Amino acid sequence: MSALLVRELRLAVRAGGGAPVGVVFFLAVVTVVPFGVGPDLNLLARIGPAILWLGALLATLLGLDRLFQADLDDGSLDLIHLGPVPLELAVAVKALAHWIATGLPLVVAAPLLGLFVNLPASGIGAVTLTLLVGTPALTFLGTIGAALTVALRRGGLLLSILILPLAIPVLIFGVAAANAAIAGPMPFLPPFLLLCAMTLFSIVLGTVASAWALRFGLE
Amino acid sequence: MWKIANPTVFMGLAGRILPWLAGVTLVLFAIGIYGSVIAPDDYQQGATVKIMFIHVPFAWLGMAGWMVMSASAIGVLVWRHPLAEVAMKAAAPIGATFTLLCLVTGSLWGQPMWGTWWVWDARLTSVLVLFLMYLALLALWHSVEDPGRAAKICAVLVLVGAVNIPIIKFSVEWWYTLHQGESVFRMGGSTIDASMLWPLLVMALAFTGLFFTLHLMAMRAEILRRRIRTMRLMAAAGVATTMAPAMPAEA
Repeated sequence: MSALLVRELRLAVRAGGGAPVGVVFFLAVVTVVPFGVGPDLNLLARIGPAILWLGALLATLLGLDRLFQADLDDGSLDLIHLGPVPLELAVAVKALAHWIATGLPLVVAAPLLGLFVNLPASGIGAVTLTLLVGTPALTFLGTIGAALTVALRRGGLLLSILILPLAIPVLIFGVAAANAAIAGPMPFLPPFLLLCAMTLFSIVLGTVASAWALRFGLE
Repeated sequence: MWKIANPTVFMGLAGRILPWLAGVTLVLFAIGIYGSVIAPDDYQQGATVKIMFIHVPFAWLGMAGWMVMSASAIGVLVWRHPLAEVAMKAAAPIGATFTLLCLVTGSLWGQPMWGTWWVWDARLTSVLVLFLMYLALLALWHSVEDPGRAAKICAVLVLVGAVNIPIIKFSVEWWYTLHQGESVFRMGGSTIDASMLWPLLVMALAFTGLFFTLHLMAMRAEILRRRIRTMRLMAAAGVATTMAPAMPAEA
C-alpha cells in the first residue's frame, strides 16, 4: 500500500501536469475574476471565499481524468485490480495520493490568493481551513467520475458534468462556513462541522462507488 | 416473480397490461381535470393556483423517476438482470422530462406570484440540480457503446445521485426560503382545503399512471431495440438470422 502511495506521488511530481499546473490554474482563475467583476476591493472581499472555493473546485476537477486512465493505458490498473489488495483500498490510496499532489498545494496557495482578493486575516484563516477540510471531499467525489469515465476516450469533460452536481453541497457549506467566520452573524461551527461530515461521507461513498465503477468498467 | 423477469414473458404481459393501464390513466385524467376546473380559486392567488394541479405531480414524478431508477440500479448491480437495465434506461428520459416540466411550470407560477421567473431558493435550486443529474446520466449513457456495460456504469451513478433525493425532499424544511413548506403530506394532516386536495391527489395518480404507461412502452421499445441490435451483430458475424422472435434480449 505504501509502495502504491509512493509510486503515485512520484508519478505526480515527475510526470508534470500534477501539483504545479493545478496551482497555476488556481492562480489563473482567481486572477481572471477581478477582470470580470471589476477591481472593487470591497466587492472582492465579499465574494472572496466563493472565488477561492470555485477556483479550488475547478483545479481539482482538472487533473482527475488522468487518475485511472493512465493506469488503464499501461495495464497497471489490471495489476492493481488482480492484486491481493482490495480494490476499494487501492482506490482510496490513489485518491489520497492525488489529493496530496493536487489538493494540498491548493490549500497551501490559498492564503496568498486570499490576499489578492482583499480578505481580512481571520477570513484567510477560515477559507484555508475550510479548503483543507473540504478539498478531500471534492477529490473523493471526483474519483467516482474518474472511475465512471475511465474507459471513455474523451471523458474529461463528461467527468466535470457528472461531478459538479454532486459537489454543490460541499461548495455551499464550505463557502457558508468561510463567510460566517468573516462577516457573521451566523456561527462558524455548524456549517464547518457539516463540511467535515460531508468529507468523511465522501471518502466512504467515493471509495466504494469508484471501486464498483472500475470493476464494471474493466469487465 | 422470476418468471415475469424473463424478457419474453414480460413483453407479453406488458402488452396485455398496457391498454388497461392507459385506460385507467385516461379515466383518472378525466376526473382530475374536471375536479381541477370546479375547484375554487384561491382567496389570495386567484385562478393561477390551478397550475398547482400539474406542477406538484410533475415535481413528485421527477423525484419518483430517480427512485425507480435507483431500485432498478440495485437490480442491475445485485442480480445483473437485463430487464432491470431496460427499466433503468427507460425511466431516465421520462424522469428528466417531468423534472423539466416541473421547473417550467414552477417558473410560470412564480412570475405572477413572486414577481420573478427564478430565484436561487433551496427547493428550486435542488430541483435544478436533479435535472442536471438527469442530463449527466443521459450523457454518460450515450457515451458508452456496449449497452450492458453502459447500464452497469450508469447504475453506480444513479445510486450515488440518489443521495440527493432526500436533500430535495427536505430542502423546504432545512432552509426556510421563498418556496412554501410541505403542505400535503405532513404530520397533523394536510393544510390544503379538501376542495383542492382531492383533485390534486387524483391528478397525481393520473400522472403516475401516465408515468408507468410511458415507462412500460419505453421498456418494450428498448427490448425490441436490443433484439434488433443482437440480430444485427449476429448478421454481421455471419450467423444465420433465422431466430424465433422469442430470442431473449441479451445484448
